Amino acid sequence: MSTAPTVTKIASQNPASAKYVPRLDLAKLISYLGMLLAAFFLLLPILVIVPLSFGDQRFLAFPEGTWSLRHYAELLNSAWLSSILQSLGLAVAVGIVSTALAFMFATGIWLEPRYRTVLTTVVLLPMIVPQVVSAMSLYYLGAKLQLLDTLVGVGFGHLMMALPYSLIAMLVAYSRLDINLYKASRSLGAGLWMTIRQVLMPNVRVGMAGSFFMAFIMSWEEVVVTLFTSGLNVVTLPKRIWDGLRYNLDPAIAAVSTLMIFITLIILLVRIYRHKTNVDSPGH
Amino acid sequence: MRITFHGTLRIYALLILPLPAIIFVGYLLPTLGVLGWSFSLPEPGVQHYANIVDSATIHTVIWRTLRICLLTTLISVAIAYLIAYRWRFASGRGRQFIELFVLLPFWLSMLIRAFAWLVLLRNDGLINQSLMTLGIVDEPLALVRNELGALIGMVHFMVPYAVLPLLSSMRQIDDSLLKAASSLGAGRWATLKDVFLPLTLPGVAAASATVFVFSLGCFVTPALLGGGKAAMLAESVYIQMFQLSNWGLGAALSIVLMLMVAVSAVVFGKLVGFGRFTGRTV
Repeated sequence: MSTAPTVTKIASQNPASAKYVPRLDLAKLISYLGMLLAAFFLLLPILVIVPLSFGDQRFLAFPEGTWSLRHYAELLNSAWLSSILQSLGLAVAVGIVSTALAFMFATGIWLEPRYRTVLTTVVLLPMIVPQVVSAMSLYYLGAKLQLLDTLVGVGFGHLMMALPYSLIAMLVAYSRLDINLYKASRSLGAGLWMTIRQVLMPNVRVGMAGSFFMAFIMSWEEVVVTLFTSGLNVVTLPKRIWDGLRYNLDPAIAAVSTLMIFITLIILLVRIYRHKTNVDSPGH
Repeated sequence: MRITFHGTLRIYALLILPLPAIIFVGYLLPTLGVLGWSFSLPEPGVQHYANIVDSATIHTVIWRTLRICLLTTLISVAIAYLIAYRWRFASGRGRQFIELFVLLPFWLSMLIRAFAWLVLLRNDGLINQSLMTLGIVDEPLALVRNELGALIGMVHFMVPYAVLPLLSSMRQIDDSLLKAASSLGAGRWATLKDVFLPLTLPGVAAASATVFVFSLGCFVTPALLGGGKAAMLAESVYIQMFQLSNWGLGAALSIVLMLMVAVSAVVFGKLVGFGRFTGRTV
């Protein structure tokens, strides 16, 4: 998310000034080589997983001769499937609640920015504090309220971790909105609720989608708080992967990772391509 | 200026307050509870903090944490600088390629990345097998489930975080400055060293601060790739809580970790000067 505005701004910057292109020489060659090594370093581990997921052995191994889908079939086995469904359910619920809270807060603070800095800082705290410390706090809460190892307890922890990211997406959306929109609507006789529903909401709907997306991802990938607050009943997908990594390398992890890699890749390609078109269109 | 009517303020409060309230009750109060645990479990007193000050084992953990974080910061910022530099001077297609290989790992779960590194680095992993087949080594190298493994995983995790602030500082540099330097007779190296590099220092500082502070709290990557032999502060909180059931010490360690993060954030802030992040325009 965070790179979205970056890319757009760059291309539109300094259109008038001449482009500086360093001449090709040994130093440049070395820096290219270094960058390719860096790309290799960043991508290699990800690329290795894909063939592993098609291995035909019971254990984790590269396919020799025949590729097989047995590790994908394993994902449909009850334990993995129930984890995937549990994670999906949690992520959707956290996404909805988080977006609603962030929308209300961002709307209110946009209309009445008096205590903006202090209130926003409070809400962003779970993002700044180390995750293990947050996990301790949420473990404490769960222990006091007897919510450890329940969907409600784990979901609440996810919500706390997701809220700052949700809020940032909403605040960015509102920072692009002109307050005159609100004034015009009110002076034309619309009440506050009507203005929020019919004027503000349609104008920040992209921000709401981003807000939901961020909260969804935060919950879907949450490990640390989940490790602290869950046990035998609640086993989210990341928790099951963690268990599989700790004790042996379960080949089903390769299959689920490959699926995640492809989903991420598709979303990224779409986003990067969309940026390019955004950049090309004037007025953006 | 604002169009107000009776009771508007109360409605604003109704919109604004639920979110801070839920964070206060569900997050801040429990954090105070953890602070309480660190002074009260199993019995009241400051014994855990005295233990942290005295214990050689805990000192080892703290030094290891600082060492790994410092190395992670140096290596990932260096790699990220190179990537950002090439991005700065790349064409459209080149930029898209760079964005793709930086953002793909960035968006991928850290568990998946740790899994990938385990596959590559373990004794019968791809790297050791290749090295042994090529006859470069006889015994598999110990690449993972130790400090080296933790470091590799952390660098891999942090490079994208370091790239982003560097990109934003590099894209602010006007091409005409570099042109001017070279037309005044500065060679490529001099342009880089005396013009480009100084202008990107705020970005380097921001990237280092991000990576260092973030590394301090790292848990998942070092726990999986360090294999218990390279426990950092965050992992030792988990160990105290769930393997040794010493809730008081676990709580105290997490408070110490929070303080370390706060102190390094303040130090970095002072060192860099907050104004340089926001105020300077090139």
